Amino acid sequence: MTQKLGSFPGGLKLNGQKKRSTQVAIRKMPLSKKLILPLQQHIGEASIPIVSVGDKVLKGQKIAKAEGHVSVALHAPSSGTIIAIDEQPIPHPSGLSALCISIETDGEDQWIKRQPIKDFTEHTEHEIRQLIRDAGIVGLGGAGFPSFIKLNPGVHHHVETLIINGVECEPYITCDDMIMRERAEGILDGIEIMCYALHVKNCVIAIEDNKPEAISALELALGARPHLKETNVVVIPTRYPTGSEKQLIQVVTGKQVPTGGLPIDIGIVSHNVGTTYAIARSIKHGEPLISRIVTVTGREVEHAGNFETLFGTPMHELLEFCGTKRQPEEPFILGGPMMGYNLSGDHLPVTKTANCIIVGVDDGAKASTPLPCIRCGECATACPVSLLPQQLYWHSRAKDLDKAKEYNLFDCIECGCCSYVCPSEIPLVHYFRFAKTEIMNQQQEHAKADIARIRHENRLARLELEQQEKELRQQQRKAALAATQAAKVKQAAELPTEPQTTDSQETQ
Amino acid sequence: MPLSRLSSPFLAGTNRVTLQMLQLLAALIPAIIAIVYFFGPSVLITMTLAVVVALLAEAILLRLRNRPLKPFLTDGSAVVTAVLLAIALPPLAPWWLTVTGILFAIIFAKHLYGGLGYNPFNPAMVAYVLLLISFPLEMTTWLPVANLSEHPLDISSAFQFIFNGQLTSSIDTVSGATPLDAMKTQIGLHQIPAYIFQQPVFGLWGGKGWEWINLWLAVGGVFLLYRRVISWHIPVAMLIGLSTISLVTWLIAPELTGSPLFHLISGGTMLGAFFIATDPVTASTTVKGKIVFGAGVGLLTYIIRVWGGYPDGVAFAVLIMNMLVPLIDYYTQPKVYGAVKR
Repeated sequence: MTQKLGSFPGGLKLNGQKKRSTQVAIRKMPLSKKLILPLQQHIGEASIPIVSVGDKVLKGQKIAKAEGHVSVALHAPSSGTIIAIDEQPIPHPSGLSALCISIETDGEDQWIKRQPIKDFTEHTEHEIRQLIRDAGIVGLGGAGFPSFIKLNPGVHHHVETLIINGVECEPYITCDDMIMRERAEGILDGIEIMCYALHVKNCVIAIEDNKPEAISALELALGARPHLKETNVVVIPTRYPTGSEKQLIQVVTGKQVPTGGLPIDIGIVSHNVGTTYAIARSIKHGEPLISRIVTVTGREVEHAGNFETLFGTPMHELLEFCGTKRQPEEPFILGGPMMGYNLSGDHLPVTKTANCIIVGVDDGAKASTPLPCIRCGECATACPVSLLPQQLYWHSRAKDLDKAKEYNLFDCIECGCCSYVCPSEIPLVHYFRFAKTEIMNQQQEHAKADIARIRHENRLARLELEQQEKELRQQQRKAALAATQAAKVKQAAELPTEPQTTDSQETQ
Repeated sequence: MPLSRLSSPFLAGTNRVTLQMLQLLAALIPAIIAIVYFFGPSVLITMTLAVVVALLAEAILLRLRNRPLKPFLTDGSAVVTAVLLAIALPPLAPWWLTVTGILFAIIFAKHLYGGLGYNPFNPAMVAYVLLLISFPLEMTTWLPVANLSEHPLDISSAFQFIFNGQLTSSIDTVSGATPLDAMKTQIGLHQIPAYIFQQPVFGLWGGKGWEWINLWLAVGGVFLLYRRVISWHIPVAMLIGLSTISLVTWLIAPELTGSPLFHLISGGTMLGAFFIATDPVTASTTVKGKIVFGAGVGLLTYIIRVWGGYPDGVAFAVLIMNMLVPLIDYYTQPKVYGAVKR
C-alpha cells in the first residue's frame, strides 16, 4: 500500500552504526546468580512488595503488586530466594538508589503455573487490560509508561489508528530491529490483542527504510494473516528523531498532537514493537514481563549483539558476557547516544526500560569548552518541534525561567539535535533539562507554599472565628450578668439587707 | 574511553565556528583577486595590516577581560572582521584609517559588548560607518580603474602611499569618484543615466571593475550557500528587496536612477548580501525574520543610495536592520509542534 507520508521540520541524518549488532541472532544471556529488581521500573507509582526476605519464589511469580492507577506489577524473572528488600543503586543519571527486591537464583529456572489464553476474544477488553497490567507490561521503547493505560480508549475517545512503532531511529540500538526480524508472528499476535482492546481495525507498523530485513519479515508474516487486512507495514525515511511518538504520528498521519494533549485526542494510539510482542506473550502464553532484548554494542564491545536478558541481571555481567575492553567503573551509555545517559556503576541491574548499552561511541562529542553562541540558527533549523533553542539557551542560562517557559521550553523533547549541530559545541539540551528541573522545583515550592498559605489562612480564619465566638459568649455572659444584676438590683430594692458578695464571684 | 559529556547527546556533528569562518574567508578569495586585478595590490597591504591589528587588539582585549586567548584568537572572527573591512575600504586607504577602523571594530563594536556572539552590530560595518562619517575625504578617494589599466600601481608604490601618503608612480590623480558616487552626482546635475554611463568610470552594466568584483563576490556567496555556511533567506530577500524597489522607481522615473542591474552589481551590494547581512551574530535568526531582515537591508540600501546623503547605503542599512533584530525575532517565532490553531 502506498500512503502519503507527512514530515516534520528539522531532524538529522545520522550514521546508524547498526550493522555491528545485527550480525548474530538474538542470544540468551545466561542466568545470573543474583537478580536486583527495582520496584519502580515504570512511570508512575512504585510497586508494593508482596513477598518477604527468605521467601522462595518461582519464575514468573508476582513479587510486587501495582499501587494506584498508574502502576504495574513486578515478577520474579527466575526461581530462587528473596534475599533482600532494600535500597540498591539503580540505573539513573544521578546515580540514585531506590528500593529493590533481590533474588538469589537457584539455577532451576522453574516456572510458576502459567495460564495461556487460547482465544482472547472470550475475555472482555477490561479483562485483557487487567491481564496486561498484571503481567507488568510497560512501554519497552524506553519511556516505561504502563501499557494497559494506553490500551484504554475511555468513553470519550474513538481510536482511528494504532501505530506500532518499529522505527528505532537512534543510532546503535537494534533490539526492535531484531525482534521484528525474528519474532514477527508474536508481534502480529500482539497487534490482534491490542486492536481488540482498543476497538480499532486500522493499524500501521512503521519501520524506517534502513531495516529491510524487518520490513520483509513483517510483510511475510502479514501475508499469512489475511484477516489483518487493515494492518499495513509503512516504510518511512530514516531520519532522527522519527521514532519519537509525536514525530512519528506527524510522519504517518500528517497530524500534530495538540500541546498538552495526548495522541488519543486525535484518535491515535502508539505502542513499541517490543511492547507489542510482550503483550502477545502475556496473553497467549501467560508469561509476565520478566525479560527484554538488550542491545550491547559500541566500539569497545567485541561480541556486539542483542541479548534476551532477565530483569535484574547486573549490567557488568552482560558486558563481560559480550567481552569489552571496559575497565571496572568506566562509564557507559544506557539507551541511545542521542537521548540516553551515562552510567558508571558496575552492579546496576537491567530494567524494563534498558534497551541498549553502548561502550565507546564512534565520532563522539569531545570534551571542549563551548564557544559563545554565534546565533547561527542551526539549532532552530534542526529542531523537530520548531523551537528556538538559542533563545531557550539565553533564557535558561540567565535563569530567566518565565521567559524560557514563554519560548515553549516544555515542548522540548530533548532529542539532542540542537546540541549535535551547534558549531559552538554548547550542550544545549543540558541547559534545557536544568531549566525544566528548576521550573518543576519552583512549581513544587509554589505548591508547598500554597498549601502553607492556605493552612495559615485557615488557621487565621479559625482563630478569628474562635475569637468571635468568644466575644459572642462574653457578650451573652455580660448580657446575662447585666440581666441578673438588674434582677438583683431589683431584688435589692425589694430586699436591701442582702450582702453583695455574689458580684465578685461572677465577674471574671 | 571516558565519556566527555555529562549528558546526552554523546554524538556531535562536524560543524564548528572556526570552520565556518575559514570557509567564509575562502569564499572571499576570488573577489580579492578581482580587486587586485582592477585596483592594484594595495588591498593586500591594507588587509595584512588590518588582520595583524585585529588579532593584536583581540588578544589585548581578551587578556584585559580575563578570557582564554587560544579559543577566541583561533575562532577566526577577528580575521573575518578585518578582511571584510579591508575589502570595504578604498584601495589606497592610509594606514591610520585602517588601524582606526579595526581598533574601533574590535574594541568598541565587539568587546565592549561582550565579544564574540554578543555584539548587536556588525563590527566591520560599525567601523566602516565611523570612518565614513569622520574621514569622508579619505573614504571616498578611490583609484580610477581606467587610469590604473594604463599605469599599473606596483606594490612598493602602494606601500609608499599607504604609509607615507606619497605617490611615486606616474598616476595623475588618485581621487576618482566611485560609480555610485558619479551616478548620484550626475543625476543631481540633471544628467540622464544613459548619458552618465558613457563616462569612463562605468563598464558594461555597472561600474568598471566593480561589476566583476560584485560578480565574484556573488560566486563566493553561492559557495557559502552550497557549503551551508549561510542560508539563502537573507541574501535572496535582500537582492529581491533591492531589485524590486529599484525596478519600480526605474520604470516610473528612469531619469532619476540607475537600472536594477546597476544597483545589484554596484558598490557593496554583493558583499552586503552574502557576507555582511548574513553575519549570524547580528542578523535575525528565525526563518521569517531572516526574510524580513534581508528585505529591509535591500530596501534601505536603495533608499540611502538614491535619496540619502551617501553614495552607498549597505553599511547604514545593515546597521539599522541590526537594531531591529530583537523586534523582528520576537514577532517571527515559528509555530511550535502541536500549537493550538488560533
